[in-house]
Amino acid sequence: MNEIILTLFNGISLGSILLLIALGLAITFGLMNVINMAHGELIMVGAYITYVIQTIFMNYAPPEYFDLYFIISIPVALIVAAGIGMLLEVSLIRHLYKRPLDSLLATWGVGLILQQTARSIFGAPNVGVTSPSFLTGGLEVGSLILPYSRLFILGLSIVCLFSIFYYFYRTASGRRVRAVMQNRQMAECLGVSTRKVDMLTFAIGSGFAGVAGCALTLLGAIGPTIGTSYIIDAFMVVVVGGVGALFGAVSGAFGIGILNTIFEYVTNATLGKVLIFIVIIAFLQWRPSGLVMSRSRSLD
Amino acid sequence: MRKRNFFYLLILGLLAIFMVACSAADNAASATDPEEGTETTEESESNEGNDGDTIKVGILHSLSGTMAISETSVQQAELLAIEEINENGGVLGKQLEPVIEDGASDWPTFAEKANKLLQQDEVATIFGGWTSASRKAMLPVVEEHNGLLFYPVQYEGMEDSPNIFYTGAAPNQQIVPAVDWLLENRGDSFFLLGSDYVFPRTANAAIRAQLENEGAELVGEEYTPLGHTDYNTVIAKIRNENPDVIFNTLNGDSNVAFFKQLKDAGITSDDITVLSVSVAEEEIKGIGADVIEGHLTSWNYYQTTDTPENEEFVASYQAEYGEDAVTADPIEAGYFGVYLWAKAVEEAGTTDVDEVREAAKGITFDAPNGTVTIDGDNQHVYKTVRIGEVQSDGMISELWQTEEPVKPDPYLDEYDWASDLSESLAE
Repeated sequence: MNEIILTLFNGISLGSILLLIALGLAITFGLMNVINMAHGELIMVGAYITYVIQTIFMNYAPPEYFDLYFIISIPVALIVAAGIGMLLEVSLIRHLYKRPLDSLLATWGVGLILQQTARSIFGAPNVGVTSPSFLTGGLEVGSLILPYSRLFILGLSIVCLFSIFYYFYRTASGRRVRAVMQNRQMAECLGVSTRKVDMLTFAIGSGFAGVAGCALTLLGAIGPTIGTSYIIDAFMVVVVGGVGALFGAVSGAFGIGILNTIFEYVTNATLGKVLIFIVIIAFLQWRPSGLVMSRSRSLD
Repeated sequence: MRKRNFFYLLILGLLAIFMVACSAADNAASATDPEEGTETTEESESNEGNDGDTIKVGILHSLSGTMAISETSVQQAELLAIEEINENGGVLGKQLEPVIEDGASDWPTFAEKANKLLQQDEVATIFGGWTSASRKAMLPVVEEHNGLLFYPVQYEGMEDSPNIFYTGAAPNQQIVPAVDWLLENRGDSFFLLGSDYVFPRTANAAIRAQLENEGAELVGEEYTPLGHTDYNTVIAKIRNENPDVIFNTLNGDSNVAFFKQLKDAGITSDDITVLSVSVAEEEIKGIGADVIEGHLTSWNYYQTTDTPENEEFVASYQAEYGEDAVTADPIEAGYFGVYLWAKAVEEAGTTDVDEVREAAKGITFDAPNGTVTIDGDNQHVYKTVRIGEVQSDGMISELWQTEEPVKPDPYLDEYDWASDLSESLAE
């Protein structure tokens, strides 16, 4: 019984991590159809921001406030990554909306540039981020220990999900975004500034990559290549979930997370990864457009 | 139509990433780089043959790509040794002139550059390589041209080429004594955890045979893909089995994720001891000393190793490469490899490969880790084995060391339990 609960928790926890790294991509790739290969590097930016803020706190703040660094990192990572995303959109992506292959190559290049920049600034080896004290250890439930860091990531992904949902479905500005993504010309005719909307949307998607990077510092290594280890998972979630559907991303993330954990528990990590890919390939044969089909008026 | 194109593009993109991730993955051992991995890519195209006053030596490490992280610092240590030798009058009265090439973390490139160094630059020897894949790529080249290669990293054994000198540990100088020590001091139920490629699988095959021979219990064995970052499930399995010891052959970034998540799961070094063979001082910096504190490592050298030679080595390394630079086992092995070669050349009176090889037998040098001797039988070196515990400041303090340097035994011939093993593994 314990094992089942623990496996389920681990699955949900993995799912929440997948959701967090895929949320930004669900916006830039899902909504805007930009294959943003630099998404992983925007995650890296968020992770390094956390490292930088930690270092600042370590050196200048009184030790009793040290834990605050993590709380501050999240919005800062959001803003900085969104800023970089905005810059990227204005300088590059904007010119490539109609040329997906070119945008793939160009953003891939941007990703490499960002990686090398990080390497020049922080050095090639991993840097260490100390988890804030309130996130070390775990919640004891019977004989199980549920790590606080995992619970925190679960909570964070839910908060991010609902703020994105609220923005896109409950605010005027979010409605304009959806209008532009569904039918650009019509929206333009109705007086929506599509340029501004594109820029804003891309910035939001990038910003959430930054938040994901911040959360990932709790789990693993912070190095220049942190992005490459997560970007496949992110694309996987969005493709399986259904391009263009927020709830597709949610179901994709938790579906893959739970299934992967079960496979890994029953077999081993390598085989688990192989099995999950077999399932995904088979699934995409059956439903090429993913779990949740998005309806759009655009003629593609 | 557009949708379909899109799908192809996506697949193409994913494939590209996957390939990069795979190549990024063969992260043989530790990361050890005090600065960035991008400096000193000077190519020495301008050399026009030997001009009589200098001896050219090749330095072939990955200065770019995924392995630059680890290999740059080994290269720096080798350059430091060359500089020191030159300051003391050089070898045979001639100055050493390093010819630096970049293997770019790409194994065919290692073969190609080794070929270039031997054929075009006519270097007297090559110092280089890190991953087993890079060594295996250079091996046929140095054998074909009868060149020399000094290889500085611990590895899985099962090899001895007359053209390679192995200055890192053979398995009986790191893994076998570590298992013995753990059995004696920490308990006899083992859990083996490694990255899924050749070194951990070979090492664990040997450990399995050893455990069986000692009557110890193997409660689990898990491999995770290189670069794997989610260890919750593995930790759940470990918790179920509740072993005394986890023998860790994970490589690269996975170590960070594993140790962080192990600590978050409430398992400390008091509950289960983790002994790692690919985590040295530089990795500890990346993992966070507070996370890995109390766990063990097995190497031949630590920055804290207490010899007068080491004090001097650490001081000059940090003077050259910065206060924060840390030394580690492969860095030290790269460093004393240069000295061993220089002594062999002095002994032979020439840089001719056959004569140097003959003269190298039994050559000794007072390295930072203690006195090292080249074993004439297999061209590995005698080294002292050291088990250490990670301290809160990120340094490793020795718990135990062998009384004498251990004779290298790459095929584990000395152990009865390994007799089937070396046959099945040494193809």
